Amino acid sequence: MPKTPVTFTLNGAETAVFVDPGANLLDVLRRGVGDLSPKQGCAQGGCGACSVRIDGALHLACLTLAETVEARRVETTGGLQQGPEPHPLQTAFMECFAAQCGFCTPGMLMAAKTLLERDPAPSREAVIEAISGNLCRCTGYEPIIEAILLAAQRMQGRAA
Amino acid sequence: MLSVETYPSAAEAARALGPGARFLAGGTLVMRDANFALPGLSRIVRTTDASLRGVRTDRGEIVIGAATSMAEIIAHPDTTLLAPVARAIGGPALRNMASVGGNLFAPHPYGDFATALLALDARAQMADGAEIALSDLLARRDAPGGLVTALRLARPDAGTFRFRKVARVKPKGVSVMSMAAVLPRPAGRIAGARVAYGAMAPTPIRMPAVEQALEGATLDAAGIARALAVAAQGLSPPQDALASSWYRAEVAPVHLRRLLLEER
Repeated sequence: MPKTPVTFTLNGAETAVFVDPGANLLDVLRRGVGDLSPKQGCAQGGCGACSVRIDGALHLACLTLAETVEARRVETTGGLQQGPEPHPLQTAFMECFAAQCGFCTPGMLMAAKTLLERDPAPSREAVIEAISGNLCRCTGYEPIIEAILLAAQRMQGRAA
Repeated sequence: MLSVETYPSAAEAARALGPGARFLAGGTLVMRDANFALPGLSRIVRTTDASLRGVRTDRGEIVIGAATSMAEIIAHPDTTLLAPVARAIGGPALRNMASVGGNLFAPHPYGDFATALLALDARAQMADGAEIALSDLLARRDAPGGLVTALRLARPDAGTFRFRKVARVKPKGVSVMSMAAVLPRPAGRIAGARVAYGAMAPTPIRMPAVEQALEGATLDAAGIARALAVAAQGLSPPQDALASSWYRAEVAPVHLRRLLLEER
């Protein structure tokens, strides 16, 4: 079965890759392109560790047919840091100890970024809803919620 | 080895379906099977047909394209009725992907949206032009053939639609059961009630025994007593890691009561 060429932007960079028929976006990002930031947890949509943004909307890379991102804009946690400083979400996650084993963190960060774009000053309930598709088996979620609220506060201060 | 076939129109994609083929919409069911290389899946059929997506009103009815995502249902002003149902499904990422049409074919214990559509007496429009009652489609959904292009439903009277999802994990979990009802009360008493359950049978199902018991009843604790008595009549609910068959049948009256009386 011939491979299919797919071109898309990954974190702003033009990317071209050949994909196997039926390959999911997560495998293509990790093995084809070498972006190891999205993780494979369950491969069935239950854990959110593979969360990426496609045209600004949160998607599960493991359930996305890779060839459907042709000409679309894909963002991963690998592209979150712009410049020398980490993204405010990354800084807040570090300060709040929101990452223990770290496996869920890239998905959490993508979910949080999507939330803060839509709702720059979210309530605690909105944060819980935003990460409700992302499993964390270490932290009990509390430090993650705190980190997202802290980052929101700081990003608001910066914008003002 | 998998193959992927992409067609410009839904009609062409429908004709390409056959043994070993699955239609890919949001991907949340088909890609899961592809990732685990499940037997019986050798061809993924998809279409770039934009007409499968979106919500519109036609002759007073709500028409939902089969590829419309749960997130689009939440956002669209014509489907505010169904927004709480869509919100009960998955997390934000899954809701950006999972489609209304796909939910009709989601295996147990999934299918909360189909349960709501069943209570709303929705009809499925097929790519060949046929229109099928959703209950008929669900009854033979495992048989190959046909592609659903849209769902049509009449808007129920204000305040008559109820939906309830029972899950153990908060805020988002898979259904122990889901329940939906439309309870018209033209003269204070229920007339023509429609009640549907999800995760209580191999597919979402209507509950005629409950509907009959509600006919002419008042919507209060005394009025619904007969309906609660037959809440699980004729069912042998599936058993899975979330709940035993016994448990599902045992708590069905509790949740039916909460659904009907809008108790929390």
